[in-house]
Formats: sequence, C-alpha cells, structure tokens
Amino acid sequence: MDLSAINPVLLVASLIVAAVPFLLAAIGELVAEKSGMLNLGVEGMMITGAICGFAAAVQSGSPLTGFLAAAAGGAALSLLYAFLTLATLANQVASGLALTLFGLGLSSKLGRGYVGIKPPASATLDIPVLSDLPVVGRILFSHDVMVYFSFALVAAVWAFLKYTRAGLILRAVGENHDAAHALGYKVKLIRLMAIAFGGACAGLGGAYISLIRVPQWTEGMTAGAGWIALALVVFASWKPWRVLLGAWLFGGVTVLQLNLQAAGIAIPVEYLSISPYLITILVLVVMSADRSRAPASLGRIFHASQ
Amino acid sequence: MLKLEKRRQPSRAWAWGAPVVAVIATILAGGLLFALDGTDPVAVIRTIFWDPLFGQHASFYRPQLLVKAAPLVLIAIGLSLGFRAGIWNIGAEGQYIIGALTGAGCALAFYPMEGWFIFPLMVICGALGGCLWAMIPAALKVVFGTNEILVSLMLVYVAEKILASMSLGLLKNPEGYGFPGSRNLAQYPSAHNAEIVAGTGMHWGVAAALIAVIFAYVLLNRHLLGFQIRLTGEAPRAARFAGVVPARLVVFCLGASGALAGLAGMFEVAGPSGQISIDFNVGYGFTAIIVAFLGRLHPVGILLAGLLMALTYVGGGISQSAQGLPAATIQMFQGMLLFFLLAFDVLTNYRLRLTRREVA
Amino acid sequence: MLRRTFLGTAAMALALALTGGVHAASHSDKVKVGFVYVGPVGDGGWTYEHDKGRQAVEAEFGDKVETVFVESVPEGPDAERVMTQMALDGAKLIFTTSFGYMDPTINVAKKFPDVKFEHATGYKTAPNVGTYSARFYEGRAVQGTIAGRMTESNIIGYIGSYPIPEVIRGINSAYIHAKKVNPDVEFKIVWAFTWFDPAKEADAARTLIEQGADVILQHTDSTAPQAAAEAAGNVYTFGQASDMAEFAPKPRISSIIDNWAPYYIKQVKAVMDGTWKSEMTWDGIGPGMVGIGEITDAVPAEVKAEALALKDSIASGAYHPFTGPLKKQDGSDWLAEGETADDRTLAGMNFYVEGLTGDIPQ
Repeated sequence: MDLSAINPVLLVASLIVAAVPFLLAAIGELVAEKSGMLNLGVEGMMITGAICGFAAAVQSGSPLTGFLAAAAGGAALSLLYAFLTLATLANQVASGLALTLFGLGLSSKLGRGYVGIKPPASATLDIPVLSDLPVVGRILFSHDVMVYFSFALVAAVWAFLKYTRAGLILRAVGENHDAAHALGYKVKLIRLMAIAFGGACAGLGGAYISLIRVPQWTEGMTAGAGWIALALVVFASWKPWRVLLGAWLFGGVTVLQLNLQAAGIAIPVEYLSISPYLITILVLVVMSADRSRAPASLGRIFHASQ
Repeated sequence: MLKLEKRRQPSRAWAWGAPVVAVIATILAGGLLFALDGTDPVAVIRTIFWDPLFGQHASFYRPQLLVKAAPLVLIAIGLSLGFRAGIWNIGAEGQYIIGALTGAGCALAFYPMEGWFIFPLMVICGALGGCLWAMIPAALKVVFGTNEILVSLMLVYVAEKILASMSLGLLKNPEGYGFPGSRNLAQYPSAHNAEIVAGTGMHWGVAAALIAVIFAYVLLNRHLLGFQIRLTGEAPRAARFAGVVPARLVVFCLGASGALAGLAGMFEVAGPSGQISIDFNVGYGFTAIIVAFLGRLHPVGILLAGLLMALTYVGGGISQSAQGLPAATIQMFQGMLLFFLLAFDVLTNYRLRLTRREVA
Repeated sequence: MLRRTFLGTAAMALALALTGGVHAASHSDKVKVGFVYVGPVGDGGWTYEHDKGRQAVEAEFGDKVETVFVESVPEGPDAERVMTQMALDGAKLIFTTSFGYMDPTINVAKKFPDVKFEHATGYKTAPNVGTYSARFYEGRAVQGTIAGRMTESNIIGYIGSYPIPEVIRGINSAYIHAKKVNPDVEFKIVWAFTWFDPAKEADAARTLIEQGADVILQHTDSTAPQAAAEAAGNVYTFGQASDMAEFAPKPRISSIIDNWAPYYIKQVKAVMDGTWKSEMTWDGIGPGMVGIGEITDAVPAEVKAEALALKDSIASGAYHPFTGPLKKQDGSDWLAEGETADDRTLAGMNFYVEGLTGDIPQ
C-alpha cells in the first residue's frame, strides 16, 4: 500500500470543511431534541435554507444576506412543524416527514430561475500570520467564515445548555414536560423557540452547501445531508462537542475513502460508507446501558391539562 | 382565547369528519397554489381527484391505484401494530429493500429453472428477509434497551448501500451489457408476480395487502395479542400487571412489520418493478408511516389513506402532463394534504373552547 | 359476483382503450410529443439538457406540435404508468430519457403499436421503439488531448459516477488521447457512487487536487468540482452535460454538452411525415449530439488548434477515438494497428486500456 500520495494535513483540512453542513444542521436539531421535539424534517429545512440563501445572496450580491435569509427560511418552515406538533398535537414523526416532503417541493418551486447561476463568492478568512504556520495553519486558519461560525455555534450551544438558566429550563422541558409545566415554565413557548433555532441552523447548513461547497442551486442538492444530521445527534448522544466529533467522523469517512481511491488503493467503497451508520448503532447500544442520556420526553406529545 | 380541552371519549363524528374537512381545506389551499402557478385550479383538482377514478381513462388508472396503494397499505398495516403499542419502527424502507433483495435473490438463484415452488419460496424469503432486518432493532431493544427509532432508521442507510452494491455486483444481470441492475423477473415466469386477473392491477401484493387489513382488524379486535398491543400503547403500567411481556411484544411488532415491509418489497420487485436496481426503492417505507397515521392506525383507515395517497400520486402525474404542473407543486400539495389531515385530527380527541384570558 | 363483473368490465374497457381507443384521444391536428424525465428539470444537468431539447422542438414547430413532460419519474412501475398515460392522452411520440426506463418502455410500446417510443441509452428495440444515445467518448478524446497538454503535474483526476460502460468508455478515451500528447500522464480515478450529490463531488475534486491533480475531468453533473478547482487556483476543469460557462475562462477551459435538440427535432419531423423507423441511433460530434463548448483563452493557441483539428477529424469520420494498436490493462491485445473498435464492444466496455492503474470496482 502506497499512502504517500495522501497528505494528512490536507485531509484533515478537507474533512473540517466537509463536516460543516452536517454540523450546523445537527447542532440545531440537538437543541430541538433537547427540548423534547424529534423533528425529522431536517432535510426539508436544509433544502429550503439552501434556496432561500442562494436567492437572497444572488439578489443582494452579499453572501451574508444570503445566510441570514437561509436562517430565516429554515426557521419559517420549522414553524409549520411547530404548529402541527404544539398547537394541534400531531404526531412528531409524521409531522417531520410531511415537513421534508413539503420542503423539497417548496424549494424547487422557489428555485425556478436560479438554475445555472453562480452566487457571489464568500471570502475565506486567511488570518495573516496564523494561516502561514506549518500544519496547524492549513488545518485551522485558512477556512471560510462559516467554518469558524459553526465552531462558535457548537461552543455557544454547549455553554448555553450547561451553564445558563435558560439552558437548564430547556433541558428540564425535554426531560419531563409535565413537571416543567407544573413549575410554571411555558413548555410550548420554549419548544417553539428550540424548533425555530433548529430550523435556522438547518437552513444555514443548507446554505453552506448552495453558497460555498458547491456553489450553485440545483434541485434536491442536499442529497440526504439532513438525514445524516439526524444520525449525528444520536451518535453524539445529545452532547454538543460530540456532534463536532461525529460530524468529523461522517465527513472524514467520505473524504478518507475518496483519498484511498485516488491513491489507487482498492477498497470496497460501499462497505466503507456503511461504517458511520454501523458505528452510530454501536454507540447507541453502548449508550443504552445508561438510560439517562436521551431526553426523556423526546417525541412525546405535551398537552397541559389542569 | 382558543383552548384545547381533552374529550372524555374520542368523538366519533370528528373521527370521520376530520379527514373530510382536511381534504376540503387542502383543495381550497391547493387551488390557491395551483392558481399561483398559472393553471386553472378547478381543472387541476378535477384531474387529481376525479380523472383517475371516473375520467375518460379511468379503466386504466383504477388498477394503477391498487398497484400504487398496495405496498403502502401492506407496510403501513405492519407499522400500525407497533405504533399502537408505542414501538416505533421507522426503518420500513430498509426492511422493504432487504425483502426485495432476498426475494429476488431467491428467484435468481434458481434461474433459469422453472417450478411452481419458486414463487412461494420467494414470498417466504422476502418476508423472512424483512423480518430478520427488523429483528436487529428488536434484539438490540430487548437485550440492551437501545432506542428502536434510531437503530431502524440507521439500518435504512445500510440497506440502501447494500442495494447499490448488489445491483452493481452479485445480482447484476450477466446479459445486461455491464449496466447495473438485475434480470427482469417479469420475464421469468416462475418468479413473476403477475396480475391474478389480467387488466385489474390485482397482483399478489394487492391480495396480500387486503388480507393484511382483515388480519390486522381481527387481531386488534378479537385476539388477546391485539388487546395486549392496545393496552400497552394506552396504559403501559396496566399492561404489565395484566401479564404482558414487553420483550415478546417488541419482537412480535417489529418482526411483523418487518415481514410485511419485506413482503411489499418482494411483491414489488417480482411484479410492477421487475428488477433490482440502484434506485429500486422510492420511499414507500417512509410514505407508509404517514399513511399509517393518516389512517389513525386503524386497518380500514389505513386502507383508505393508502388509496388516497395513491390517488395524489397517480392524479399528480396526470396533471403534470395535462396541465403542465411542476412536480414540485404536486409534492407541496401532498405535503399540505398531510399537514391538514394531521392538524384536523386533533378535533377527534380534543374540543376547541373559547376561553377568556385569565387575569393572574 | 357483482365485484367480479365490475372487474371484468374494467378489463374489457381497458383492452378496448388500449387497442382502438387511442385514436379518439387526439382531437386536434397538433402532434403530441411526450417526455419522461428521471430528474427535475432544474437539475442543471442530464434532465435540464433533455428539457432544452424539448423546448427546441416547441420553438421549431410552433403550433404544429404540443409537448408534455413529467419530471422526477422513478424508474419502474411509475414510469410505466406515466408512459401509458401519455399514450392514452394521445401522444404520438414519447421520449423516455433514462436507462432504467428500458423495460417499461418496451412493455408500454407493446400495448400501443401506433405510438412511437424513443428510449435513451438503452439496448432493447421493438418495431415502434427506437433507441438513441450520444458518443460522449468522442468529446472525451478532445478533452483528453487538452488535458494532456495542460497538465504540469502530469496527474489528471477523473471523477466517475458508477462503474458502468458509459463512464469506463469516457475514462479510456480521455486517457488514450492524453497519453498520446503527453506520455508521462497519469490518471487518478475516484468513484463517487452516486449520480447526483454535489457535496460529495466537491469532496472528490478536492481530494484529487490535494493528491496533485491539476486537471479534473468529471462524469458527474454538478458544478461542485468546478468551484473546488476555482478555489484551489491553478487547476483546470471541463464542463459536463451543460456548458458551465459561468466558470469560464478558468478553471473551465472547455466542455462536453449534451445537445439533444437536433435529434429531437429530426425525430418529431419524421413522425409528422410518417417516415419514422425504429433505429438504434448512436450519434457523436458529427451530427451535433455531442457539443464541444468553447475552448477558452486559458488554453494556448496551438493546443486549441490541435484539439479543434481532432474534433474535426472525429466529426468527419476520418478518425475513430478507439483506433489500434491498443491493449487492455492486463496487457492482452485488443485492437491491432489501424483497427477500430466495434460498437458492440464499446457498448459493453468493462475494462481499462493499458496504462490505467487500479481496478474497476465490481
């Protein structure tokens, strides 16, 4: 085996970029799930974000406007899910699946007229001195702004959940909505905000694909990234930093298998690409020895009946 | 301020009325959507809901409705058993794929031998394949207490990769000029799931779906196991006192839903679809989850919901070529239908009440 | 009993509709032409180009033709239903634009002997079913020539979708012609195992660039590899399926364009005139089915001239991209001096030519 063609530094730098869409969508879904809402509509929200961001960036000429619009679009779509599950007490699994169906349709409708257009370029943040450092410079300091934003978001969510009162309330709602309600917290309002945050993050993840990774608009371009994000949250056992780890693992397996192929090493590609899912199942099994990790109210319908 | 109040008993009137109201609401909202697309809303609605049933070529479309609805109903019936007991198999898509693979694999192993026993054997293999695939989350849940929602979902991706690998490798048609995809089972008489009565769309999968509906109805209403399923879903603690063994229920519900999903995949690959290919699965396993809920987890409801979904697919296809409606609009319309059905469902168990805002 | 009668009647009505009823459906002089698409018309690649062909038919014949299409039709029973529906609605000619529609097309064609069917990229025909496909490998020869001249690292990256004959032909053709102008050239091939996943294509392109490739050829339809090349700097790419001119003049230095319009117009005309025959069409650069997008100024003039000369000699039929002497990867002889590959071998090509490294995944 000749592995000399593979440059580990570049490989790591690549996987960091490849992981961003999953990371953004997953960290948002994590917050929603922490509040007890299992939203399977991530794919629908991502693709809606992708087109909202793309359209806004093309119209305004500014990628920043694009990302803001993507977050708004994803959040707006998630409100549909919130209405169904919180106001009309519909089943979360079915509502999420319906949301994905609707989002895919909506996005291709919005996307008419945007096929074959190139969006405005996003600046890479080449931090002067740091990016010239050997190894670390290439891996850590020569990416686009959204990469750093996604890291910051993970840190912020972690700090929010762990150290703030609001984060504590959110977790309480997810663990036992009846008790939280009895304590006087507005369960539905908190969940509504968590869902909207999840939608906004999914929208950003989608826009990262349409504005930076690809960058172009084509129908169905997220190609299942939303489902991977869902897997990631579970893999991470609802812990923000592990989401980052998981995103690198999922992104890394793809990048690694492509690298091995390019280096001419015969590998069974299909079986390697199954591995992240198998690892996730393994993590689930290991985790289930300790029952307390998944939010206890996840997926359950809440109705305040005094 | 509007407030929801739980009914003592589910309203029978709303149980039947809610879907009707939802469909009407969807037609109104959908009409608006179609008008925005510059098409005549009345014509589109007629094309989607009327033409497949009573239009000029209804004699062709009616059987197509059965073909489209059969896998949805078959899978949804299986899922509904588990859903009623609070056992969430959302990986039916994976079980569907594996059932198709084992069913087709069984047939291709015998190719080109002819024999009456091949098709029944395929049925067994298909059901067994789906069942075993569902046994993975079942076993993990029973032994380790692992969440079956997530495991079954993960296994969908695994099944998809196996499908791609099989259609490029093991099951590839040796006479297919190197293109991915298996032999066409429709051209292998012993393995072909043909129509029972020509021109009716009634293939063995449709028959199986109808049998499953009846079977599920009897099970849930007349059998101890059905009682246990319902009891576990409604009052898990009470169920334990009543002697329900949760592990046994998990194995039964996941196994049954897996077997039915596997059967659906096998009937599809041996009949309407004909061959294993990379994109063989078209999301029936996920759509069936929605069908199960639309049918309120009731066998007859699921049958009707499956036919309604099939109608939007078939009618949506017609309106694409008849009115030039984009596929995206149809997809949104389906999404809206689901939203409204899910939303109005609340009125079955709750009543709306106007209350004054309380002064604290 | 009642049920049985109903079913019997339905079956009879269907049989009637399928044999005689077809004519009743068309009530105007317009010729109705149907198109069945595997993806959305907004995919910017395969389906997008077929739909451009459909629009060209409308533009060419105006009032004399009516085109209908259904997009995102899964391969299998749904495709069969959509085709039947078009035939029942009076379509006289139906284009089915994906390989997986092969058996459905044949099945439906049996029931509608008066309707003509055209199936893209397949190998099964019937009296009323013709097939058509493009010799993209001719375009690959031109790309290979430019790529061989432009590379400085002598490493050319190639992104494949699935290991099927069509893709393998393209790789072989590009490699043979790159090698011809640059004996030191080396190909790095990665298989994406997807028809369409822009993010994965971006990863594949980045990987190849990181491993030293400075020219990227792609057999996937999104622009993601173009963007990756642009970000990397000194890397050249070629547009695939559509022109991808938005990335010109650099990194995109030329392209292969699927141009179905001339063929679609010709076949619609044949149906109108009653001269349509079932044929297996496999057209290349000559008849215009494969277009070579503008070669930009990033390419030196003499390379451009060389590429265009090759294109012209292929177009005129003077040169065949698979001309011997050629050996297979394992060293066995394939084509003798001056011998050209026959279409049968090309259609089912499942081997690399000598010099390419790695195995075709099975």
